[in-house]
Amino acid sequence: MRRTTFLFATLVGAFLLLPPLWEVVTSLKSPLELGTLPPLLPHPPTLEPYRAVFRGRPFGRYIVNSAVVAIATTLFSLLLGAPASYALTRLRVRGGSAILFGFLGVSMIPAVSLVGPLYLAIRSLGLRDTWWGLVLADTVFVLPLTVWVLATFFRGLPPDLERAARIDGATALETFLYVALPVCGPAVAAASILAFIFAWNEFLFALSFTSSQAAQTVPVGIALFPGLHEMPWGEIAAGSLIGSSPVLLLVFLFQRRVVEGVTAGAVKG
Amino acid sequence: MPKASSAQLRSLLFVAPAATLVLAMVGLPLVSILWMSAHRVLPVFAINEWVGAGNFQHLVRDVRFWLALRRTFYFAFCAVGLEVLLGLGIALVLSRPFRGRGLVRTLVLLPWALPTVATARMWEWIYNPDTGLLNFALLRLRLLSHPVSWLGDPFWALHAAILADVWKTTPFAALILLAGLASIPRDLENAARVDGAGSARVFFEVTLPLLRPALVVTVLFRFLDSFRAFDSIYVLTGGGPANTTETLALYTYKTFFHSLRFGYASTIALAMFLAAALSSLAIVAFGGSQGLRGRLR
Repeated sequence: MRRTTFLFATLVGAFLLLPPLWEVVTSLKSPLELGTLPPLLPHPPTLEPYRAVFRGRPFGRYIVNSAVVAIATTLFSLLLGAPASYALTRLRVRGGSAILFGFLGVSMIPAVSLVGPLYLAIRSLGLRDTWWGLVLADTVFVLPLTVWVLATFFRGLPPDLERAARIDGATALETFLYVALPVCGPAVAAASILAFIFAWNEFLFALSFTSSQAAQTVPVGIALFPGLHEMPWGEIAAGSLIGSSPVLLLVFLFQRRVVEGVTAGAVKG
Repeated sequence: MPKASSAQLRSLLFVAPAATLVLAMVGLPLVSILWMSAHRVLPVFAINEWVGAGNFQHLVRDVRFWLALRRTFYFAFCAVGLEVLLGLGIALVLSRPFRGRGLVRTLVLLPWALPTVATARMWEWIYNPDTGLLNFALLRLRLLSHPVSWLGDPFWALHAAILADVWKTTPFAALILLAGLASIPRDLENAARVDGAGSARVFFEVTLPLLRPALVVTVLFRFLDSFRAFDSIYVLTGGGPANTTETLALYTYKTFFHSLRFGYASTIALAMFLAAALSSLAIVAFGGSQGLRGRLR
C-alpha cells in the first residue's frame, strides 16, 4: 500500500512538473541547440532568448496592457462584487438566494457563446482595441467568482458583530465597510488574487476585442508569436515564463489564500 | 411598512450595480443571440435580415456542427473522467499530513494558475514531431519505433489536447476533492476500521459515499469548463488537422470572427449554451444537488 502510494505520487509529480521544467530548459537554449535532441541540456545555458523576446516586438507593451487590465478588473470586481455579496448574505434582500443563484448561473455560461454580441456591444461603445473594453468584459465574467468567494466568508460572520455595530448607530454601509470587510480581509485577498489571475490569463476576449499593441495582452502576444522562418521556440518559452511570472509569484506568496479561494468559489478551472 | 421597504431599497443599492452590469453584459447578449439566430447578420456589410427558422434548418443538416458537438462531449468526457480519477488520487495522498505538504500543494496548484495559452505553447513544443520531448522519451524507452506527429494526426491531435487539459486542470479537481475529504469526520472511517473493514472497504463504503457531494461539484464545474475549453485547442491545433479537433467553442468562434456570419454563429452558440445547460442539469439530477445546495446556504 505504501509502495503503491509512493509510486503514484512519483508518477503524478513527474507528470505535473516535467513539462514546466522542460519549458525552463528550452528557454535557456540557443536556436541551434533547439534543432536537435539529444543533448537534453544546453551547453552552456544562454539568457539570449529572454533578451530576444523584447527585440522587434512589443512584448513590454503587452505586459503593461496585461497589468493595467488585470489590476483594473480586480479593483472593479471587488468594488461591485463585495457590496453585492454582503447584501445577498447579510442583509435581507427579496429573492436574494435567487440572485445569488443567478450569479452562479452566469459563471456557467460559455463565454464563447456570447463573444459575438459582446464584440458588437464593445464596438458600439467605442471600446474596441482599448484597455477599458477588456476591463469591462473581464469584470463581468469575474464578478460571479468574486461574489461567490466572498459570500462563503460573509456567511460565516458572527451576527453579534454586526448587531453591536448597528446598536452603536452605524448604518448598513458603515457596518459593511468598517466591520464586515476588515474581518473578512483574508477572503478579500483570496477573491482579489483569483480575479487578478483570471484577468491576467484571459485569452478569448483579449483575442476578439483587440487588434493592435494598443490593448493586446500577454496571452495574445504568446499565442500570436510570429516566427520569421521557423518557430522561435526558445523565445516562446522565455516569453511564456516571463508572462507567467506574476501568477507564479502570487501562487507562491499566497498559496493558502489561493486554495481557500478555489475551494470557496469552485468556479474557475 | 415604510421602514422595511427603505431597508429593502438600501439592500438593493448594494446589489444593483453588480446585477445591472451582469444583466447588461450577459442578459442582453443572451437575448441578442436569440434574436440574431433568426436573422442573417453580416456586420461587415451591414446586412441584417429575418430568416425565421432558416439558421436552425441549416444547423440540423450541418455535419460540421454535429461532429463538433460529438467531439466536444468526447473531449469533456475523457478529460473530466481522467481529471477526477487523478484528482481523487492526489487528494487522498495529500489528505494525510506529511513533511513538506504545503510545498507540494503549491506545486500542485501551478499548472492551474499558469496562463492556458502559455501551457498550450509548452505542450505544443513537447508534441513537436522532430525535437519534441515526448517522441524523444518514447523512442528512447522503445515504446515507439518511429516518431509520431502528435498534433498532425487526426486521432492523436484530439487526445493530445485532452492530455494538455488533464495536466492543466487536475489540480483544480484535486483541491475541491481535498476540501471534500477534509469535511469527512475521521471517526467514521476509524469506526469502520475498528469493526474490521479493510482499507479498500473503508474507502468504497464510507469515504466515497460521503465524498459524493464534492464529487458532483467537481464533475459539474470541470465538465462546464472542458465543454467550453477554447484557449488550449486554439493554440495547439486551431481546430486542425482538417477540423478534426474542432470543438463547439472553436466552431462558434470561427463562425463569428472568421466567417463573420453572426446570425449562424449565434445559432451554434445557442445550441452550445443549451447543450451545456441540459448536461449540467443531467449531472445534478444524476449526482444529487447536495454539494450545490451547501454552497447556496
